[in-house]
Amino acid sequence: MTDLIEMTGIGKKFAGVIALSDANLSIRPGEVHAIIGQNGAGKSTLIKVLTGVYRRDAGDVRMAGRDLSITSAREAQDAGIATIYQELSLVPLRSVTENVIMGYEPRTRLGLIDWKAAHDRTRQILTRFGVDIDVTRPLGEYSTAIQQLVAIARAVSLKAQLVIMDEATSSLDDQEIETLFSVVRGLKQDGVAVLYISHFLDELYRICDRVTVMRDGRTVATHDVADTTKLGLVTEMLGRDAGEIQAAGLTALSGGHSDPGPVLLQATGLRTRTGLRGVDLTIRKGEILGLGGLLGSGRTETARALFGLDPLVSGQITHHSGAALDNPATAITQRIGFLTEDRKVDGIIPHLSVRENITLAILPQLRKGGAIDRAREREIADHYIKALQIKTAGMEQPIRELSGGNQQKVLLARWLALEPEILILDEPTRGVDVGAKFEIQSIIRDQVAAGLSVLLISSEFEELVEGADRIVVLQDGRSVRELHNPGLTQDALIGVIAQHQNSEVAA
Amino acid sequence: MNAPDQGRLALDPARHGAAIALAVIVIFNLIVTPNFFQPQTLFVNISQMATIAIVAMGMTLVIATGGIDLSVGAVMALAGALAPLIFLSDFAQANPALGLIAAIGVPILIALCCGVFNGLLVSRFGVQPIVATLILFISGRGLAQVLTNGNLQTFSHPSFSYLGTGRVLGLPFQGWLVLIIAILLSWVVARSTFGRQLLAVGGNERAARLSGIPVHRVKIGAYVICAGLAGLAGLIVVAINSASDAARIGNLMELDAIAAAVVGGTLLQGGRAPIFGAILGAVIIQLVKYTLLANGIADEVALIAKAAIIIAAVYLQQARKE
Repeated sequence: MTDLIEMTGIGKKFAGVIALSDANLSIRPGEVHAIIGQNGAGKSTLIKVLTGVYRRDAGDVRMAGRDLSITSAREAQDAGIATIYQELSLVPLRSVTENVIMGYEPRTRLGLIDWKAAHDRTRQILTRFGVDIDVTRPLGEYSTAIQQLVAIARAVSLKAQLVIMDEATSSLDDQEIETLFSVVRGLKQDGVAVLYISHFLDELYRICDRVTVMRDGRTVATHDVADTTKLGLVTEMLGRDAGEIQAAGLTALSGGHSDPGPVLLQATGLRTRTGLRGVDLTIRKGEILGLGGLLGSGRTETARALFGLDPLVSGQITHHSGAALDNPATAITQRIGFLTEDRKVDGIIPHLSVRENITLAILPQLRKGGAIDRAREREIADHYIKALQIKTAGMEQPIRELSGGNQQKVLLARWLALEPEILILDEPTRGVDVGAKFEIQSIIRDQVAAGLSVLLISSEFEELVEGADRIVVLQDGRSVRELHNPGLTQDALIGVIAQHQNSEVAA
Repeated sequence: MNAPDQGRLALDPARHGAAIALAVIVIFNLIVTPNFFQPQTLFVNISQMATIAIVAMGMTLVIATGGIDLSVGAVMALAGALAPLIFLSDFAQANPALGLIAAIGVPILIALCCGVFNGLLVSRFGVQPIVATLILFISGRGLAQVLTNGNLQTFSHPSFSYLGTGRVLGLPFQGWLVLIIAILLSWVVARSTFGRQLLAVGGNERAARLSGIPVHRVKIGAYVICAGLAGLAGLIVVAINSASDAARIGNLMELDAIAAAVVGGTLLQGGRAPIFGAILGAVIIQLVKYTLLANGIADEVALIAKAAIIIAAVYLQQARKE
C-alpha cells in the first residue's frame, strides 16, 4: 500500500538555527498517527512544512506517490489536507453553516449562495458526528468542543484525506474528548488519515495506531502504538535513561513533609460575581495548598479573587500584613504572584524580550529615578535563565520565538524574581512537555522547601495529590472539604468530588 | 527570526524600507528638482517637517499602547488659537515677559488637559480610542473657532515668532526642538519604567495588568504626552505664519502623524514605539509633499502620493512578520 504522506529528509533552519534536520514521516491512508516530543522538538515546524506555512530547506514531501508543494492554506485544502488548530481559525460571529461552507459555497443558478442547500449539507455532516445544533446560530455561541467539531466538519466537507489535529483536546472536558474521539474513529472508518499531536500519552493509547517520536528536530523512531510502553516513549522523547525517570517518580512534587508555618492569608466566605458562592481557605508559610475540583468549580475564580482581580461581593481576605488585596499591584507589593493558566492571553508580552518579560512584575523595584537599573535587570534575567535552564538564544530574544515550555519558564521566572511569599500557580504544567514539566515541578519544590507558599490549581489529580500538603475541594463555587497529606490518594480525592456531586443531586 | 548581525549587513526592504525610500526621494530631487541642493530648501523642509515630526512622536506613543489619537489636529488648532488671544490681551501688553510665558504655557496646559480627557475616556471608561478621540476631533476645532469668532488673527510678535522662525547655529529652531524631544522620548521608551510599561500595555494589556502595571495611568500618560506635543506643534504653526486661523491649523495633521508613525515602523496593534522611525516617516512625508509642490504638481495629488506611501509601509510591515 502506498503511503498517503511521505516526508523524507526534511530540513529547516530559522536564521541559522536548526529547527528540523533529516526528519521523516510517513502516514498511511486511514490511520491515526501521533507525533510526540518535547516542546521545541520540531513537531509544529514539521506540520507547518507539510501544510505549506513554512518552506522546507531540504527533503521531499510526497502525497499518494506524487510530489507535493503547497504554499498556502487554500492549496493545502485543495490537496485534501485540513488542519484543526488548538486556537480555532473560524469566525465566531458568523453562523455554523457559513463557517463550514466558507470559500466553497453552493450556488443557485443566479450565482447567489444557496442557503437551503448549505444548511442542509451542514446539518447532514454534523449529524454524522452526533452533533445536533441550530446551524443558523453564530458559531461563537457554542462550546469550544462544538467549535472544534465544526472545524472537523468543515475539513470533512472539503473531502480531506488527512486531518491534522494540533493539541485538539487541551481545552476540552472528558465528555467532549469522548465525542471527539468517536469522531476520529469515524474518520478512520471512512478512510481519512488523522495526524494527532498531543502532550497526553494516555490519549495516544486510546485512539492512535502509530506514533512518531521527535527530539531536537529529528524524528527518532516510528512505532506501532501497541508495541510501545509509556516509559519507553518518554525515554525516547527525553533521550534519557529509563531507570532514571522511574526513580524520579511520576511527578517531581511531593507534599506532606513540611511543618505548617504561620498563617499568611486567610479567606472566608468569598463571594464574587464570577461565580464564587462561599470559599474558605487558609494559606500557611512553606506549604502547598491545592485547589481541587472539576472544571467550573471556581478554582481559577478563587485565585483571581485572592489576587485582587475580581471584586468581592461579600466575604473577607485577611493578609498578615493587614493590606487590602483589592488589585494586582497591591498583591504584588505584598509579594504575591499569580502564574495564570493561559500563557498567551494573560502571560507573555510577545514583542518584548525574555529579559523584559522576566522583570515585568518587579519594575517598581528596579526603578532608579524614573529609569530602569539596567545592570541589575540583566543580572536578574541572567540568573533566572540559568537557574531555570531557559532555552533561549539570549536574554534579548523576543519571548514569542521561544517554545511553549520555555515561555512558561520565563513566566515562572517573572514571579520568582519577585521573591514571592505566596505564589498562585494555575495549571503550571499544562501544555508543556514532560521534560519541562519535571523541571517546573522541581523548581517549585525547591522554592517551597526554601519557605515559599504555593496555591496550586491543577486538573491533573496526580500532580495535586502528590504535590499538595492540603487540598481544598471546590464545587459550584463553594469550598466543600479539606483533605490532608500524607495519605492522600487520587481515589480519595475523586471520591470526595464525586460524593459531593451526588449529595448535590440528592438535595 | 533574523539574526541581528545579518539584518544590519544586508539591505532588506522589509527592515530598511523607509531609509531606502528616503534615499530614493533625495536622489530623485537632486536630479530633477531645481534648487534642491540649497540651504533655503533645507530650512523650509526642516521647519515644515518639524510640526509633523513632533505630533508623530506623540502619536507613536499612543499607537504603542494599541490606541490612536484623532484629535491632534484639533488640539493644535485650540492651542494655536489661544496663544495670540493671550499675548494680544491687555494683560500681556502690560507685562510682556509674563504674557509670553502665559501665551506658551496656557495653550500647552489646555492641550495637556485634552490629553487627560482622551486618556480617561479610553482607559477608565473603556471607550474605543477612535470614538473617544473623535469627540475632541470635532469639538476641539469648533471651540477654537468660537474663541476666535472664526476670525483670522494676525500679529507681529518677534519673541513668540522665534518658535517658528528662529535659528540656532544656522538651523531652524524647531528642528532642534524635534531633536531634543526625540532624544528625550527615546530615552523614555528605552530606559524609563514608564516606557517599559507603555510597551507592555500595548503588547498585552491583560498580562500587563496582571503584572501590577497601572494600565490606566500609563494610557493616560501616553495621551497626555501626545496632546501636549500637538499643542506645541500648534504654537509653532502659528509662529511660522504670524497668523492664526482656527479653521486651518493642524488640518489633516492626524493623518500625517499616523502615516509618519506607520512609515517609521510603529505597529498599529501596539507594543512598539520607534521614536526616530516617526521622524524618518515625517521627513519622508514632508519630502514627498515638497517634491510634488516644487515640480508644480497639485496639492491634491500629494494626498494620493501619501496614500501610496502608507500602503507601501503597511505592506512592508506585513512582510516583516514572516
